[in-house]
Amino acid sequence: MPAPTETTEAVRPAATTEPILEVTGLVKHYPLTQGILLKKQVGAVRAVDGVDFTLDAGETLGIVGESGCGKSTVARMLVNLEKPTAGVIRYRGEDITKLSGRALKAVRRNIQMVFQDPYTSLNPRMTVGDIIGEPYEIHPEVAPKGDRRRKVQDLLDVVGLNPEYINRYPHQFSGGQRQRIGIARGLALRPEIIVADEPVSALDVSVQAQVINLLDRLQSEFALSYVFIAHDLSIVRHISDRVGVMYLGRIVETGRDAEIYDHPTHPYTQALLSAVPVPDPEARAHRERIILTGDVPSPANPPSGCRFRTRCWKAQERCALEVPLLAVPAEFRLTTGPAAHDSACHFAEEKRVVPVEEPPAEGVDDLANGAK
Amino acid sequence: MLLEVRDLHVEFRTRDGVAKAVNGVTYGVDAGETLAVLGESGSGKSVTAQAVMGILDTPPGKITGGEILFQGEDLLTFKEEDRRKVRGAQMAMIFQDALSSLNPVLSVGDQLGEMFTVHRGMSRKDARTKAIELMERVRIPAAAQRVRDYPHQFSGGMRQRIMIAMALALEPALIIADEPTTALDVTVQAQVMDLLAELRRELDMGLILITHDLGVVADVADKIAVMYAGRIVESAPVHDIYKAPAHPYTKGLLESIPRLDQKGRELYAIKGLPPNLMNIPPGCAFNPRCPMAQDICRTDVPPLYEVDTGDGTRRSACFYWRETLDARTD
Repeated sequence: MPAPTETTEAVRPAATTEPILEVTGLVKHYPLTQGILLKKQVGAVRAVDGVDFTLDAGETLGIVGESGCGKSTVARMLVNLEKPTAGVIRYRGEDITKLSGRALKAVRRNIQMVFQDPYTSLNPRMTVGDIIGEPYEIHPEVAPKGDRRRKVQDLLDVVGLNPEYINRYPHQFSGGQRQRIGIARGLALRPEIIVADEPVSALDVSVQAQVINLLDRLQSEFALSYVFIAHDLSIVRHISDRVGVMYLGRIVETGRDAEIYDHPTHPYTQALLSAVPVPDPEARAHRERIILTGDVPSPANPPSGCRFRTRCWKAQERCALEVPLLAVPAEFRLTTGPAAHDSACHFAEEKRVVPVEEPPAEGVDDLANGAK
Repeated sequence: MLLEVRDLHVEFRTRDGVAKAVNGVTYGVDAGETLAVLGESGSGKSVTAQAVMGILDTPPGKITGGEILFQGEDLLTFKEEDRRKVRGAQMAMIFQDALSSLNPVLSVGDQLGEMFTVHRGMSRKDARTKAIELMERVRIPAAAQRVRDYPHQFSGGMRQRIMIAMALALEPALIIADEPTTALDVTVQAQVMDLLAELRRELDMGLILITHDLGVVADVADKIAVMYAGRIVESAPVHDIYKAPAHPYTKGLLESIPRLDQKGRELYAIKGLPPNLMNIPPGCAFNPRCPMAQDICRTDVPPLYEVDTGDGTRRSACFYWRETLDARTD
């Protein structure tokens, strides 16, 4: 068959793999009820309201957003801790929201989670060995009984803890070490996907870097795909191949890391990036800051049209009437540059908000001269 | 100098032993100046602030040495009664978690007004008017309507504004803000930090900003004191420290944060963990984690050297500050 040219069909088979995870139209509404006996539904908290994304094998997808944007709810739905109200989560082509029983159990083995708070996500009455080994109780086919202790010790070694600590309890460890235990537990079943919800935000700066480097190393060692959820934009950029920015239950902009950070087109992303304090007093001088007014609206009663319009400096009548779709904006559709990525804004335009760094060689020279 | 802390020592006597939380801290702040105290959890940054405010839990805490000079007078020699007059009226504190620092069963208007009825002997009606003024000052929209609302009816950013309003109520000379924006989202964090900086300028207050976030420090501080295991390891004007740190710990911290403007390679990670305060390593407390440590670092406590950059504003508690200053990683 002659190869069709310039069509999307031609591009798709050329891609190395199909996505390992494909999320379409994901929705989670929590009902708001009134009355004690006859619980009448009077509304819903629209925590997640139509989220689409894909995750390729071996890739890291970062999801950023402020508290209440629904990013953690997305994470919980991916690992089946919450049932979606609507939408499809395809893992290797199979919709896992429809599965139950044995089929669901098999899928859950392959999608594991690392939680935010290493102080509350580990059972204080269980030893580290029991915590990391517990997944084997549920999936005994992964490790026969006699083999488990050794497997747990291997895992401790992999995450950089002394294998002799197997009989200790969580309170005997520091925050960073506890997070390593949480990661070891996530790895126990050799999953393909790890969903990490704010895995380093409870840690001190000097320990944060250790855990991020560990996650990086494990990804290549075990060929993992990550969904990495965080509010810290610098950390997300460091670890992610692609980034999705969430606001009030929806993804408002998504693209490769340089597209989002260096060429953002959605005003919310621009405001978010410009608000990040940069640890460089030189940069703050020539840096435009966009200070948003007000707070995030309640997800029980989101604004009509574009959800960001109540805080947006560009908002016009159209924004209240028409929901902007997550697609490449019309003005960039014909270009090939980094600004041509999905952005849900009627008035998308490129704006550079992260200061560009001068070439490193030059910077070092300047400093060296200054010190002499 | 508005506030000067000299060689402060604080211990906590616990069942398991004595935790040496603060081991000889010296810092100062002038009117109209912002001093950032940077440190990780357990570095003693908050304990020092609590000692300055006079809100340390004693026991188990105990101030075992040093002076806290406020407008020239040593607060540690004050009677509790006199201390109380200083607290709130002349120095005030803003805490990290506004929700747990506010009284949930009193309206914000009552809590703000209390400052005026207790300290200034105003009538409830006048105090209410003052409360509304304050809420307007920290830019809470529709202050007159919201004055009767309770803390839970406000968002996190608005609650932190109320905390700021409360600290400002009596126009103190010094404000200590302990991680004031850590619990907030970035967009709200920027609003609150801007407000705080603006009010400090307007009222010519001294501000001590306690934080673990190097980014926040760079944005607002004039000078910075870095704490580790209860000591100041480096102090400097904010520009200098980011350009060329003179202590290996500061240097390690700066290198270990991911950057917003580029996709990094592997991050530099400071090895190991902060020390247990009941068992601080001999010599320099940072020596087990330090890439530059020599034998002397394991036996002798380094003094706070003056880093001779000419103006006498920089200090580093490292025997090898010169080498650290010169060493360039990239």
